[in-house]
Amino acid sequence: MSRDDLIVILFLIATVILLPLISGSSYLLSVGIFAGINALVAIGLTILMGYAGQVSLGQAGFYGIGAYVSSIMSLKLGLPVMISMVIAMLAAAIAAILLSVPALRLKGHYLAVATLGFGEIIYVILNEWGPGGPSGFGDIPYFSLLGYTLTSSQEYFWLIWGCVIIVMAFSLNLINSITGRALRAIHGSEVASVSMGIDVVRLKIKVFVLSAIYASLAGSLYAHYVTFVSPSSFSLFYSILVLMMVVLGGMSNLWGGITGAIIITLLPEVLRGFKEYDILIYGLILTLSLLFMRKGIVPLVIEAIRRRG
Amino acid sequence: MFSVFLQFLFSGLTTGAVYALVGLGFNIVYNSTSIINLAQGEFVVIGGLMMWYFSELLKIPFFLSLLSTIAVSALIGLIMERLTIRPLLKKADLLLMIMVTIAVSIFIRGLVMFKFGKEPYTYPPFTEGDPLIIYGAVIQQQTLWVIGITGLCIVVLYLFFNKMMLGKAMRACSVEPRAARLMGISVSKVVMLSFVISAVVGAVGGIAITPISLMEYDKGPMLAVKGFCASIMGGLGRGRGAVIGGFVLGILESLTAGYIHSGLKDAVALIIMLFILFFKPAGIFGSAQIARLRKF
Amino acid sequence: MLLQVRNISKSFGGLNALRNVCFSVREGEIHALIGPNGAGKTTMLNIISGIESPDSGEIVFKGEIVNGRPPEKRAKKGLSRTFQHLELFNDMTVIENIMVGCYLKTRSGFFRSGLLLPGTKRDEREIYERSCEILDYINLSKRRDEMAKTLPVGEQRVLEIGRALATEPDLLLLDEPAAGLNIRETRELGELIGKIRKERGVTVLIVEHDMELVMRISDNITVLNFGEVIADGPPIEIQKDPQVIAAYLGEDE
Repeated sequence: MSRDDLIVILFLIATVILLPLISGSSYLLSVGIFAGINALVAIGLTILMGYAGQVSLGQAGFYGIGAYVSSIMSLKLGLPVMISMVIAMLAAAIAAILLSVPALRLKGHYLAVATLGFGEIIYVILNEWGPGGPSGFGDIPYFSLLGYTLTSSQEYFWLIWGCVIIVMAFSLNLINSITGRALRAIHGSEVASVSMGIDVVRLKIKVFVLSAIYASLAGSLYAHYVTFVSPSSFSLFYSILVLMMVVLGGMSNLWGGITGAIIITLLPEVLRGFKEYDILIYGLILTLSLLFMRKGIVPLVIEAIRRRG
Repeated sequence: MFSVFLQFLFSGLTTGAVYALVGLGFNIVYNSTSIINLAQGEFVVIGGLMMWYFSELLKIPFFLSLLSTIAVSALIGLIMERLTIRPLLKKADLLLMIMVTIAVSIFIRGLVMFKFGKEPYTYPPFTEGDPLIIYGAVIQQQTLWVIGITGLCIVVLYLFFNKMMLGKAMRACSVEPRAARLMGISVSKVVMLSFVISAVVGAVGGIAITPISLMEYDKGPMLAVKGFCASIMGGLGRGRGAVIGGFVLGILESLTAGYIHSGLKDAVALIIMLFILFFKPAGIFGSAQIARLRKF
Repeated sequence: MLLQVRNISKSFGGLNALRNVCFSVREGEIHALIGPNGAGKTTMLNIISGIESPDSGEIVFKGEIVNGRPPEKRAKKGLSRTFQHLELFNDMTVIENIMVGCYLKTRSGFFRSGLLLPGTKRDEREIYERSCEILDYINLSKRRDEMAKTLPVGEQRVLEIGRALATEPDLLLLDEPAAGLNIRETRELGELIGKIRKERGVTVLIVEHDMELVMRISDNITVLNFGEVIADGPPIEIQKDPQVIAAYLGEDE
């Protein structure tokens, strides 16, 4: 990662450690936790969209797989939470491979709709055959590591944002590496990339699988934090929400995902009194940012800073 | 036995008709812009809800309500094109256009939810009267209206695109925009017109189907997915294909719901769509070469 | 023979783009493919590089039939190219464009990069150094950290060649590299191509319209007209060939 990225990471680590210690408000922490969970999904989608240039309207599907598989493994089969989460990530990865190998031969719109279809199929499966059907199920075990079970908001805040930081570090290294450059090349010109020996399809598949794994991790953490899951959290609406986070935050910069996630997670809190307007406002924000702020917040802010200094 | 099957068949034809119309809408926009308008389903919703608004709330006579609804839908299609599509079309960024249509669909949905809430709406069928009994299957009169109106739409669109100057100009535009422009055809007018026509077509579907299956604010996305499925079954851009695809899809859905499991109904379209996307992206009727030539 | 084109035919819809085209490129030579507009030259290059597939016929590269192999595999085998309508990575810097060309020769994988395992930093440095060396070679070092899209066309074309060189090809396909270049730039291009052949042992297959350049640097020329080969031989013969002259007179310059 670059030196700037390192500075932001250190700053983030400091904030994450200090925030729960300074603020006792479990409300603030819980919003923060959801922001972190969403950030994980958003980072994956940012790499997919901003670097590999692929649209996915089905991240909710992988998110749901992460939640349900991990919950079922730990609750019904009694497996340790960490193992269940790993199994969930594997399941998501397999689903991603099965989906992307044929789908990545398609272009643009086709892929978007294929992922849309995938997300919807997962939703239908969860609704029909998930434990508890549309109502979902609970009693999911808390997250535990080496015998220690996390129960307080503080601990979950650290756990989840710890994951965000690790995932971010990994992703930043990836983006600034040879692989990352290949991804940017693909974004620049696929035909040239292929002619320079880059196995474009393979790379896209890897990125797609990576985004699925991140989403699955987020889903599992969600399940073991809330200890209750139902299909409605994993619908098309969530996929679109994640899309919004990435677009708003800026898909050409990895920090955009986290930024967008924080903003979008905070939004319902800000819109508390406007329940009937919420979809309208989401649509408006998304449309306006696409029309006028296409690059997204983070890249625009960086540009503004560069111009001053 | 047979009467049950016939019942499912007609029910499938009814929903299939709407899918066919949505699929046609996709094709019209795609042909002139290479964009897939993911907001297409919302026009169906607008059709149903606005018809309720005019005929039930404002108590305006039937035909006037019909025209008003179509006008509103056309207007929304026009506004969408002018405000969001036209400024960005020159960028030719596929990712961007997909997201813009998604954004607009969300916005429309939000607007609809704001105005109409989440409850289902309906209004009386076009003709009151006893249902027909065909071989023991009970067929509502409205069902025949839906199928009939869809058929009418298909015929009108066919005549427009093949026999009328304006329609032929639009087709020329889609095949070779540069040549069309050289012949004086305004590409931007064609784009605008295609959005308006597809909005009207979608609305007509919504108007016809609401007395049967009611209309709610969030039916848009599912209709869009299924309409898209119909459209690619026939090969994206080919009118006849979308129509056949729509009806086939509707029937398969109905039979699945009836004979296998009603919860799987929505999965049918999705599975078919994924199957086609992966194995025969040119569609069951399309040709691979033409599919490749399309600047996708 | 480094490259053999055997009976390649290709049609689009009803249009015959190429008909039974045959020619060979010897190792170490500079071979030109010329012909009036629409003769099928770019299609031919696309088929050789693997972006398009022929309806019939074979492409034999380094003794192996490569039909059906995707472009990235052909690049691995030693085939690289430039593009008629520049396909640079516009939002990357000049040196980054070259560095992408080095991808082929690296080993750092997906997860090794993410975890920043020891090898990655070293690989990155090697790539950087190699890319700087190539930039020197093509005389673009002064532009190293500028965005590719800001360069004038002449330098962009040279950059594309540099990028292709980074893959260490045995055969380099050049698709109208002189398009948009002035006389001085075209002369420098000719010198660069000669240098590449002599100093790096790269065989060159060039599609070009600039006859002066073609006649000056080519060892052999294949002439296409309406998708068919009408002449094949050294520049001296081609210049005198009546069919070639007729084909070109029939086109407005």
